[in-house]
Amino acid sequence: MATASIPNPQHRKNPDFVPAILLGGPAFLLLLVFLIGPFFAGVSYSFTNQRLISGNTTDFVGLRNYTRLLRLSYLMLEPQKDEKTAQLLRDEAGKLTYPRSREFTRDEVKYPQYTGLREWFFVPWGEKRLVILAGDPVFMKSLGNNIFFAVVVIPLQSLIGLMLALLVNQKLVGRNFFRTVYFSPVVTSMVVVSIVWKFLYDLNHGMINQFLANFSLAPVNWLGDPNVAMWSIIIMSVWQGAGFQMILFLAGLQGIPEQLYEAASIDGANIWEKFRFITLPSLRNTTLFIFITITIAAFQLFTQVFVMTNGGPDDSTSTVAFHMVRTGFREQDLAYASTISVVFFLIILAINWVQRRITRDL
Amino acid sequence: MNNQLEQPTNAGSPRASSASRRQRELSLNLLQYVLNALLVFVFIFPILFMVVSSFKSNDQIFHDLRSFQAFLPTGQLSFENYASVFAHSQFLRFAANSIGVGLLQVTLALTVNSMAAYSLSRLTWQGQQIVLAVIIATLIIPFETVAMPLLLLVSKLPNISFQNGIHLSSGWLNTYSVQIIPFVAGAYSIFLFYQFFKDIPKELDESALIDGATRFQIYRFIIVPNAGPVFATVAILSFLGSWNSFLWPIMVVQSEELRPVMVGLQYFFQRIINWGEVMAYTTMVTLPVLALFLAFQGAFVKSLASSGVKG
Repeated sequence: MATASIPNPQHRKNPDFVPAILLGGPAFLLLLVFLIGPFFAGVSYSFTNQRLISGNTTDFVGLRNYTRLLRLSYLMLEPQKDEKTAQLLRDEAGKLTYPRSREFTRDEVKYPQYTGLREWFFVPWGEKRLVILAGDPVFMKSLGNNIFFAVVVIPLQSLIGLMLALLVNQKLVGRNFFRTVYFSPVVTSMVVVSIVWKFLYDLNHGMINQFLANFSLAPVNWLGDPNVAMWSIIIMSVWQGAGFQMILFLAGLQGIPEQLYEAASIDGANIWEKFRFITLPSLRNTTLFIFITITIAAFQLFTQVFVMTNGGPDDSTSTVAFHMVRTGFREQDLAYASTISVVFFLIILAINWVQRRITRDL
Repeated sequence: MNNQLEQPTNAGSPRASSASRRQRELSLNLLQYVLNALLVFVFIFPILFMVVSSFKSNDQIFHDLRSFQAFLPTGQLSFENYASVFAHSQFLRFAANSIGVGLLQVTLALTVNSMAAYSLSRLTWQGQQIVLAVIIATLIIPFETVAMPLLLLVSKLPNISFQNGIHLSSGWLNTYSVQIIPFVAGAYSIFLFYQFFKDIPKELDESALIDGATRFQIYRFIIVPNAGPVFATVAILSFLGSWNSFLWPIMVVQSEELRPVMVGLQYFFQRIINWGEVMAYTTMVTLPVLALFLAFQGAFVKSLASSGVKG
């Protein structure tokens, strides 16, 4: 940093303090009140039973919210047997039958260790059935959905963005038009995009199913099938955001000195070699930045879910942000929602850290 | 490409090889145009469908769905859907709310954040490095992390209303303030300004100081006029953020009079089953923003990209 430009004998060490605080004060104060303050307030609420609107006093509850949010356990269910013959019971389809996990989690007297847990999912374990229990299965599902979304969208959107950037970086007449078109979904509101796509995805009247019908293909229940709904949101989100990654990659591409390519041409490199040994390494920082922005956006997934599926069907599109609004705003359990916020923040921090580590070693 | 630089390396006649190269380039160009045309369709079809459908009756929309007519202005076209939107919702009120909130937020954000960035980038004071580090660190806090505690905070902040005298009430819920003030200061905006201001030559400040200018005058008459592009970027980013905001206003604005357009759209969409009307609403909130983007896209895209790579 350069030292003060004008020697001022009275405040040589701190010559600009007063103007700096006058000019910067408003922003620093607003950030303190509306960002930094709430951030730490949220951390402290997560250890209480704070409600959004309540006449009751707020009490410290220790780690109760965290236990409810993150607690995991398992239950091994034996297949049901006929009491007299000791033969395994089978249903009409010939499958083994199991007791309901509820019989264990709701029986406080016999199984106090399972109190407050609910079934998250199960896996077959030989003849037995391994049931994974969670304090908040909806949160676990939501977190899983966010991770799934991120894992699919990061490579998909980066690749499409890079491809678009390479295309519109060519000296082609009309490339500005192409650029504008690819970017236009980015400036379109996510609410609008979600509503229009909800129409496109509609089971009976949607354009996509009507289009498929032209080829005698069966309609897909884009938003109503738990196995498909998240994919539908992914496709739409990639469509909406790819233009943004294109712009970032484009800036990266244009920052590569032309001389590198010329030198490579003289050395006899072909297009692929130039791409592999000049373009890709030069885009390293851009790619890192893009990975981070997509990951954070993936964990912020909310509007699409709120407008299109409301978390359903079967919580298959519920997300952490959606679950947070559901508990904090709709159920007014602010302390629990703050706990979700804290965990959400820690996840973002961890991902940033991991991505920085990985990309550094590449 | 620079044909002159390349040496004909193979034994064949140079003329023939250059002709075949030109042919290859032509077919490569053609391939790129085909690819681009396909992609243009992929990226534009939902928007095109939305705009075209907003002029069609519901029956016409469903009739056209199966073919390319869905993207063409076929059948009876009218502004009937638009008239219905105005009749069935307070669209103009919502739009006015969003525009007012957006403009006020942009004005405040430009002022407050550029002043902060100026004091961070061009003044020397104790604690500067710490404040800067804290602001950079807050970049990692997503809004979702503070949304819930912020909700509690604004529900308790004192509120002054000036209707029929001055009233002090508790709670910012259902106000314009709650839609604006929490988002005025932005770490990212400060960061954008900071990066831009850093590169304006320091000699400008020094000569102005010798001439007796105050720090505020330097900011106002030297820095601001020299930073047009970054002001445009922050203006557009913060207007878009405000215009498209959704998660926050659905929680803090219940009253219909104060509702912004996107929340109004969500309520409209839940209530109205006529797709033509919904498309008219979405068209009205989308096309102005697209027009704005087209008008400012040069500065927008450039600044966005440069900030993106450095961040």
